[in-house]
Amino acid sequence: MGGFPILTVTTFLPLAGVVFILLQRGDDATVARVSRWAALWTSLATFLLSLFIWAGFDPSSAKFQFVEKVNWLQGFNINYYMGVDGISVFFVLLSTLLTPLCILASWEAVHARVREYMVAFLVLETLMVGTFCALDLVLFYIFFESVLIPMFLIIGVWGGPRRVYSAFKFFLYTLLGSVLMLLAILAIYREVGNADIPAAMAHGFSKGMQTWLWLAFFASFAVKVPMWPVHTWLPDAHVEAPTAGSVILAGVLLKMGGYGFLRFSLPMFPDATIYFTPLVYTLSIVAIIYTSLVALAQEDMKKLIAYSSVAHMGFVTLGTFTLTMQGIQGAIFQMLSHGVVSAALFLVVGVVYDRMHTREIARYGGLVERMPKYALVFMVFMLASVGLPGTSGFVGEFLVLVGSFQANTWVCFLAATGVILGAAYMLVLYRRVIFGTLVRADLKSILDMNMREIAVFAPLILLVFWMGVFPNSFLKPTEPAVAELIRKFNTQRTAAIVEMMPAAGATEARP
Amino acid sequence: MIPILPKASLALPEIILAVSAMALMMVGAFRRNDATRTCVWLGMAGLLLAFLALVVVTPMRQVTFHGQFVADYFAMFMKVLVLIGSALTLVMSLDYLKREGMARFEYPVLILFATLGMLMMVSANDLISLYIGLELQSLSLYVVAAFKRDEVRSTEAGLKYFVLGALSSGMLLYGASLVYGFAGTTNFDLLAKSFAGGASPSVGLIVGIVFVLAGLSFKVSAVPFHMWTPDVYEGAPTPVTAFFAVAPKIAAIALFTRAMTGPFGPLLAQWQQIVQFVSIASMLLGAFAAISQTNIKRLMAYSSIGHVGYALVGLAAGTQMGISGVLIYMATYLPMNLGAFACILAMKRDGKMVEEISDLAGLARTQPKVAYAMVIFLFSMVGLPPLAGFWGKVFVFLAAIDAGLIPLAVIGMLASVVGAYYYIRVIKVMLFDEPAKPFDRPSPEVAAVMGLSAVVTLFFFIACWPIFAAAQAAAKALQIG
Repeated sequence: MGGFPILTVTTFLPLAGVVFILLQRGDDATVARVSRWAALWTSLATFLLSLFIWAGFDPSSAKFQFVEKVNWLQGFNINYYMGVDGISVFFVLLSTLLTPLCILASWEAVHARVREYMVAFLVLETLMVGTFCALDLVLFYIFFESVLIPMFLIIGVWGGPRRVYSAFKFFLYTLLGSVLMLLAILAIYREVGNADIPAAMAHGFSKGMQTWLWLAFFASFAVKVPMWPVHTWLPDAHVEAPTAGSVILAGVLLKMGGYGFLRFSLPMFPDATIYFTPLVYTLSIVAIIYTSLVALAQEDMKKLIAYSSVAHMGFVTLGTFTLTMQGIQGAIFQMLSHGVVSAALFLVVGVVYDRMHTREIARYGGLVERMPKYALVFMVFMLASVGLPGTSGFVGEFLVLVGSFQANTWVCFLAATGVILGAAYMLVLYRRVIFGTLVRADLKSILDMNMREIAVFAPLILLVFWMGVFPNSFLKPTEPAVAELIRKFNTQRTAAIVEMMPAAGATEARP
Repeated sequence: MIPILPKASLALPEIILAVSAMALMMVGAFRRNDATRTCVWLGMAGLLLAFLALVVVTPMRQVTFHGQFVADYFAMFMKVLVLIGSALTLVMSLDYLKREGMARFEYPVLILFATLGMLMMVSANDLISLYIGLELQSLSLYVVAAFKRDEVRSTEAGLKYFVLGALSSGMLLYGASLVYGFAGTTNFDLLAKSFAGGASPSVGLIVGIVFVLAGLSFKVSAVPFHMWTPDVYEGAPTPVTAFFAVAPKIAAIALFTRAMTGPFGPLLAQWQQIVQFVSIASMLLGAFAAISQTNIKRLMAYSSIGHVGYALVGLAAGTQMGISGVLIYMATYLPMNLGAFACILAMKRDGKMVEEISDLAGLARTQPKVAYAMVIFLFSMVGLPPLAGFWGKVFVFLAAIDAGLIPLAVIGMLASVVGAYYYIRVIKVMLFDEPAKPFDRPSPEVAAVMGLSAVVTLFFFIACWPIFAAAQAAAKALQIG
């Protein structure tokens, strides 16, 4: 795999746009216009480029592909090491897909400091793609943690009335988790002697060390996912962030946590993973049921969707730790589906918010009379979120439930109740906003979606049905990597057991 | 056979500095105060010459002046940082001196003498030369702290610094005399040799080391000897504060490191706990006490206390890896603090300096360049990747984990999250709040230092491995273990 360093170019192409935008001079209006277009074209070009990654990706291989390795910190065995496998490749695509949509969605919604806004989004895109491509622990941490900077600014500068509180909460919660992960990364680096992720996967840590390292990584990823009870930053951040900020937050940033479990916790610390599985099950179930109930009681649309995100991500953590083929495949699929659907739902809220400047559910009602197109789009994503067969949401939830059924029936049963609750709060939301009678005077003149908004939603609708009707185009490429993950997990695990109990193994072999 | 004349060429940078400082004094004395500008630039030239001499001369480890002075790679690394720090803070002060009526030629002279003292500290190989270097530096600093002699705050700062500094010098000297009394020598090499036997040291010696440690802790402003820092930082004229925060800190950390790992290196078990305690206390106090500050200079004072705590994490590890961590930490500390103080020097409105954090409100809209430069420095101090500050933290904590000091590492990391709060509070004021009245344009020197520091801090990760490699080589020069 030589030649064109496509991962590097995809990762850093947005920065070219950043440089271009920063070089612009002139009055504010011109700069704003140029920034918008430059950001859009850069992110579209990045997306097109990332499609080549998909096209060139060998779906039958479990290996890392498009690998690039350059000596970076000489003498320290820390390399610039990039590569994707089945687990990460679609997250790269998800990031590059959502960024142009975000830029398009903020075309008219953001007036102030447009240049900085676009720069923040392009930088964010680089960091997100880099996080999913990095195969070196230090490099991964750099991308993973730097995401805080643009996201903090996006919430804090362009957010709603309580943006300062939310931005601080987001920043400090996430930082607290990640610094512990940094210590774990340093410990791994010291133990293994280099920072390669594949080398760390093959290392085989001692049992006591695994426990601590697992917990340190868990601190970071659990906050990021977010799992109950450290999810409380998410509703605040979502409510205050601008629409596009919420989209990226729900669409991609939460997936970094789920991706982290798959990339680090499972393959590197198999014994600790088994040990802590009941904990993760419990937290996931609580997240699914409790946050669904909380979502039912929300009066703010964004907050409702934020809580639904926590619930849906509960399925992801649940599926991941079932350690079955279906469960993990389902978790990945659920993340991709949630990345599209929740992102779309935040955009859906953004459409009416841009018109009415309120997200209170009670302020709406009967929108179907004035906004039929909107009602249709909303319905598609609402049903996808509920998990209607034929939409992307169904496949992910179904696979996770199948996987968890094999692992633990009770867990599966409790998770399934979450599906029902999910249907409840989404349908209630839809009924209250779209149906009913149009009584409010200011809603009587509300306009339906314009071409730009339709252009934002069209690819997402397409994806929702594609993923729902023909999930194999997404499941097939991830399959070898997941199978390899489970195979390695079991061998490392068995090796540990055999090592621990040689006597027991001998007695079993005798008869 | 000891030669009658010591090999002076090893101390060429120091000699150049001493000569140029004295020459400047002559220039000033004859030309009076209209020569301040000239003196500053001549002082810069002196520092540059010293820098060149340093880079050209420094060889393998060599001892001269009858064992009083050591030139090695470690000294070179630290001296480079000290000289850069001194030179850039000196040039930043030009505009301020003129505007605030502080334009007296003694200023660059004193800065040069202080720098000379720092170089001596870094190269000290004997408790006597350590003390002489330290005092030369401290006495110059006492005077520059009170340089705005018509202002109560500044004179108060100078006096406070002097009284407390004299006390700490006394403690240091007392400790040194105890060490001499029980060990029979003041030379670092001989001290190390006498402790290397492995016999448990006498109580008097331990008391002596504790006193030396206390004196050094004062100089680096580590808890519990930090009390002077916020007051002096706040009271001293801003360019002087900038100077305090950078070069003397680096020199004192270098001295601390050399003293602990050199002569007292074999006694690691005795001082490791103390350094750990001082480190943890500094990190925690730096983080918590800064939260309620409203004055940016006081905030930076607490921030610098915290940074010293992080640097000492590397020293507490007591290994070669730890020392290279300290060196890398100081190398990253330099650009981010220089830059931050350049931004603080740019805080002037209608020709007058303002120092409240609230004065920064909405800076991103009135002066985006200054604001975003400051954002870079603050995020770097938080330790966010890929900025410079992140790498400093990585290497000290790596050393701590390597030495098995897990609780220290965890507490340090958690303290950094608390510390993050007050840094991002400043960012919040600059970026999220409604704009206040804009500041005046920063002077070209300040803008240049700010821009340079921002570029170094931001792009540190691209070309940092030579610095890391140099730090490793420098740490090796200390010959630990």
